[in-house]
Amino acid sequence: MAKASLLKERAEADRLGRFGPYGGRYVPETLMAPLDELAKAYDRHRRRRAFRCRLAGLHRDYSGRPTPLYLAERLSEQLGGARVYFKREDLLHTGAHKINNAIGQALLTREMGKERVIAETGAGQHGVATATAAALLGLECRVYMGTEDMRRQRLNVYRMQLLGAEVAAVDSGSRTLKDAINEALRDWVTNVRTTHYILGSVLGPDPFPRMVRDFHSVIGEEAAKQLKRQAKRAYPDAAIACVGGGSNAIGLFSAFLDEPRTRLIGVEAGGRGPGPGDHAARFDGGRLGVLHGTRTFLLQDEDGQVQGTHSISAGLDYPAVGPEHAFLRDKGRIEYTRVGDDEALEAFHLFSETEGILPALETAHAIAEAVRRAPRLPKEKILLVNLSGRGDKDVETVLAEDERRREADPDPAPAGPRLHGDPS
Amino acid sequence: MSAITDVFARCRREKRAAFIPYITAGDPNLETTAALLPALDRGGADLIELGIPFSDPIADGPANQRAATRALDAGTKLSGIFEVISRCRAEVEAPILLFTYFNPIHARGVERFAEQAAASGVDGVLCLDLPPEEARESYLPALRNHGLDTVFLLAPTSTKPRIKAVAEVSSGFIYYVSRTGVTGSHEPLPKELAKEVKALRRRVKLPVAVGFGISSPEQVAAVAKVADAVVVGSALVRLVEDGGMSEDLPQTLEDRVRELTAPLRR
Ligand SMILES: Cc1ncc(COP(=O)(O)O)c(C=O)c1O
Repeated sequence: MAKASLLKERAEADRLGRFGPYGGRYVPETLMAPLDELAKAYDRHRRRRAFRCRLAGLHRDYSGRPTPLYLAERLSEQLGGARVYFKREDLLHTGAHKINNAIGQALLTREMGKERVIAETGAGQHGVATATAAALLGLECRVYMGTEDMRRQRLNVYRMQLLGAEVAAVDSGSRTLKDAINEALRDWVTNVRTTHYILGSVLGPDPFPRMVRDFHSVIGEEAAKQLKRQAKRAYPDAAIACVGGGSNAIGLFSAFLDEPRTRLIGVEAGGRGPGPGDHAARFDGGRLGVLHGTRTFLLQDEDGQVQGTHSISAGLDYPAVGPEHAFLRDKGRIEYTRVGDDEALEAFHLFSETEGILPALETAHAIAEAVRRAPRLPKEKILLVNLSGRGDKDVETVLAEDERRREADPDPAPAGPRLHGDPS
Repeated sequence: MSAITDVFARCRREKRAAFIPYITAGDPNLETTAALLPALDRGGADLIELGIPFSDPIADGPANQRAATRALDAGTKLSGIFEVISRCRAEVEAPILLFTYFNPIHARGVERFAEQAAASGVDGVLCLDLPPEEARESYLPALRNHGLDTVFLLAPTSTKPRIKAVAEVSSGFIYYVSRTGVTGSHEPLPKELAKEVKALRRRVKLPVAVGFGISSPEQVAAVAKVADAVVVGSALVRLVEDGGMSEDLPQTLEDRVRELTAPLRR
């Protein structure tokens, strides 16, 4: 295929701080000069050998990189089609991909001479990762979290506190990730001279979307090498990842952007259904808007008020998507689908029982998409799924959901993992 | 010359700073806003900042956040805000400046927004999360085209090149944010403020208004010594919150504005 290199286009987009009509810096003036400084510092340090060696050393000795690439044989056999490989980001220290970015930005914070970091968190994974990186590097840390998410992710709240971070409860708006970001931005506007904001996904004003992406691109780079060794070819037929803000997805996809044989599939949260407020599928109900410093697809009403969202997984429960995702969708490079609460929960159970791995509920959305696709593909085909996090944090939620569903439907279909799309 | 420029010229002749009160449109409902705009005017507002409520006001403190929530809960829509402005326009002498986040403008379409704002009698717009870099392409030409002043912010973190860039795209006046922070702070005004404002006024030709966390007549008097205008927002919004639907609310606000402007008229 004689298509122009998307990686080359990306370098140009990075220089401008915008991806076509998406991205940019829509922030109060107070943050503009600090964002300039941050972009300069990032561009300087990411090229410095000392910085890269330090980061690579922490990846290896502290976080546990490279993470394995795992062929899920039992699952693949049950699905009866393509072989499904999983990139095991769940095995990283703190249990999710989020640590890649948190450590990268925390190192940068030190280089910039700042002593304090703040972060927002939904599922608690980014908050835990930031609290961990802050403890490791001796930074003061405050994490903003919606009270609804604190309820859903109690254990992660205490984990952050054990790590020495202060968890600030956010009780405004929908009391979830969006409101935690609002409050973190207010803190940042106030304390920007001493504080760095470790934003947890490929969201927000430039340089965050490209910086967070770069810190996660190690996921795809490793996976491509590992596939070559383990499957005898360096590309999958499709790569699948869940998309909250979109960091684990873009981290995996980056390595395959210029590989025309790989389909890239992002999975958004379909929640309870297609009604406003019932889901977080920005590409399927949202339109162009501006939130939290960036121009992108946004769930909003006709007056530009941001709409509520719902997902069983706190980490996908956000009304906007990373601007580069919007750009790559326009280019026809990434396809997006949605998986609802029920199907994600089913995939959670199936994966736990067939592979002995509890996935994060966010990740379960990506697994569900693999469950849909694998049976339709021949055995030589390869699906690569980003196993972005482990599910220990979600055990309470799954327990409650299972109980609720059992009460609602005391006589369910025969026990055991059910396959979606299975004609039985 | 725009109505906003006129106000500053008149204040300069009277050798005093201008007074700019802020309230959120639709708080607690649009009927109240329709009564409050003339009350602010009677109390001595030289210019009125009217906030468009937004679901995610990242530059606002708790008082203005609650105001936006009350307004949205009451069903406030942009079209309703424009209606109230055009209804009050004849009664209110002070120019009206909309204070807003960008997404409500973006959702309507910049061109349509500018056209409707101008038609309803709005004099200018200050968009909190739209720096000059993002404004050049469509916002500036649309607003200029419809005769609206474009007010931009400067902050204590603004560098010299940024001051220059903001001055280039601003008309009417420049809004200097008194501190790094959000609206409604209860902290005392920063010690460096007077020096910063004086330095800024030497650098730019347009009048400089100062706001964020100014609430008492004493603070108004202090800022008025160095700035061309003083903005009081959250302190008035708290009165609206306490007054609720009370019939006395317009009188309360009018009296408060009179108290706040007293130091300027001496
Ligand atoms: C395990 C896991 N996967 C995915 C996500 C979604 O974020 P992103 O889309 O940025 O990868 C989260 C967010 O909290 C998460 O914890």
